[in-house]
Amino acid sequence: MTDLASSDRSTTSTAPRARTSGLSTRMIGWLQAAPLAIVLACFLVLPIGMIAIVSFWGATEFSIYPAFQFDNYRFLFSSPVTYSVFLNTFKYAAITWACSLLIGFAVAYFLAFHIRSLHWQIGLFLLCTIPFWTSNIIRMISWIPFLGRNGIANSALISWGVIDEPLDWLLFSDFSVILAFVHLYTLFMVVPIFNSMMRIDRSLLEAARDNGASGWQTLWNVIIPLCKPGIMIGTIFVVTLVMGDFITVRFMSGSQKANVGRLISNDISLLQYPSASATAIILLCTVLIVIAILLRFVDIRKEL
Amino acid sequence: MEPRPRSFYILGAFFVVFLLFLYGPIMTIGILSFQGPQGGLTFPMNGVSLHWFRDLHQEQAVGDIWGSFGRSFTLGLMVMVTTVVVSVLAGMAFRKRFAGSGVLFYLTIASLVIPSILVSLGVGLIFNQLGLKVHWSTSGFGSQLTWTLPFGLLIMFAVFNRFDKSYEEAARDQGASAWQTFAHVVLPMIAPSLIGVALFGFTLSYDEFARTLLTAGSYNTLPLEIYGMTTNVTTPVIFALGTLTTLFSLGIIAVFFLTVWVIQKRRSKQASDAGSGLV
Repeated sequence: MTDLASSDRSTTSTAPRARTSGLSTRMIGWLQAAPLAIVLACFLVLPIGMIAIVSFWGATEFSIYPAFQFDNYRFLFSSPVTYSVFLNTFKYAAITWACSLLIGFAVAYFLAFHIRSLHWQIGLFLLCTIPFWTSNIIRMISWIPFLGRNGIANSALISWGVIDEPLDWLLFSDFSVILAFVHLYTLFMVVPIFNSMMRIDRSLLEAARDNGASGWQTLWNVIIPLCKPGIMIGTIFVVTLVMGDFITVRFMSGSQKANVGRLISNDISLLQYPSASATAIILLCTVLIVIAILLRFVDIRKEL
Repeated sequence: MEPRPRSFYILGAFFVVFLLFLYGPIMTIGILSFQGPQGGLTFPMNGVSLHWFRDLHQEQAVGDIWGSFGRSFTLGLMVMVTTVVVSVLAGMAFRKRFAGSGVLFYLTIASLVIPSILVSLGVGLIFNQLGLKVHWSTSGFGSQLTWTLPFGLLIMFAVFNRFDKSYEEAARDQGASAWQTFAHVVLPMIAPSLIGVALFGFTLSYDEFARTLLTAGSYNTLPLEIYGMTTNVTTPVIFALGTLTTLFSLGIIAVFFLTVWVIQKRRSKQASDAGSGLV
């Protein structure tokens, strides 16, 4: 980092001036970062701290009261529901991750290596991002006429003679939940992978071919290792979004399935804030552990 | 040009299927929103009409769509401006090392990956305990910033990492003050990316649901309104609303891209090389 401060110092001749300018650039740095720091302190750090505190509080049917008790956690860890819901959350995250990685990699590969003109690359890429700008909830609702008992999918399959009776598992099932997740979040995988693919020096691929590597060998030994940062960043996005979700699961499962997010939002709607907070803290720890593991594979700060 | 390998056609077909997967459902509700007055939520179409769009203008049984649209739009603009200003400032700060920059960086990343419902719950609890009233323009605004600022800052990182510092040095060598260097050299060069930050800020805010759920107070934003409608509206009026909001989002994107295009056109007309190192 050749920073401004050092270049300032080299142009100023007298020592006292250099010191004051060094001090003021540091002050300026803090002032510039202050708004971000204040927003994050007030709306991220304090709220999470508050959740941590409230997770030890007690609740009556109508209100919550300050206390220091482990009841909420004890209840959570003793309930078999907690474990099955967490398991379900991991299941959704894992399957969505695998699907979005396969699709995202293939789409990014096509755009980065098969489309040769930059204009077409940008154009097709934008075409993929447009649906991302419309409301998540609308995109979820839009699956309903598609997957319902009398929906397009069922009537098409029946008219083609593939099935005799409408498939019931298309909507309000694990299938529809995961389908919606893949629909909503695959873009978060495409973008970082596409970004790392675009940075790969094309002469490396030529070198691999000149050395007699087959297409698969080039893919496996050159392209995939070089895409690892993109894959990791995409993974972090998809996994955390799926693990924290509560609305997709509620919608697409017709309230029949649960994940941790729904557990929290159910407690909230019953005004059981302490119990919601305890679940939230456990979810937070889980997410942070998953990210800590993922970050061992990549240094995000270096990849930006 | 050498012949396309077979993988080109396979992946090309895959890409088309992917686009169908992305656009298909949205197009379906686009078509279904033109159902006749007797039409339902699924095919077959029962006549073709603008009935459900007209119905949107009428007083709704639940809530108030146009009020919530106005609030979402205002909030989106507030978040957009704040995101651009704060991200540029923070982006500038991160170009130099300052005490605490590492902590602030990881906090920003944390802000991106911490489940939205936690932010919503925490902010709601704090306002509640402090005896403050949650409102979309205060608690809702702050909660949404925890989502838009990290994106803004990441874009600024990408911008400044590809930024040629010799332009600034040249400006300083010619006697420009720090402010002049920023206003006349740095800002014009990063302007197209700032439009990207603005687009992100606005649309992320405009669609944000989870972080606004417990922080918007008694006046709903549009996503909350739509969420409410999904639980008790069983007519294609909701598809009409979906179609309109989708068209609105597309309009916003078009406006942003048009702005970028105009800026670039004007720039090339003036034959200035500012920013050519960027794009």
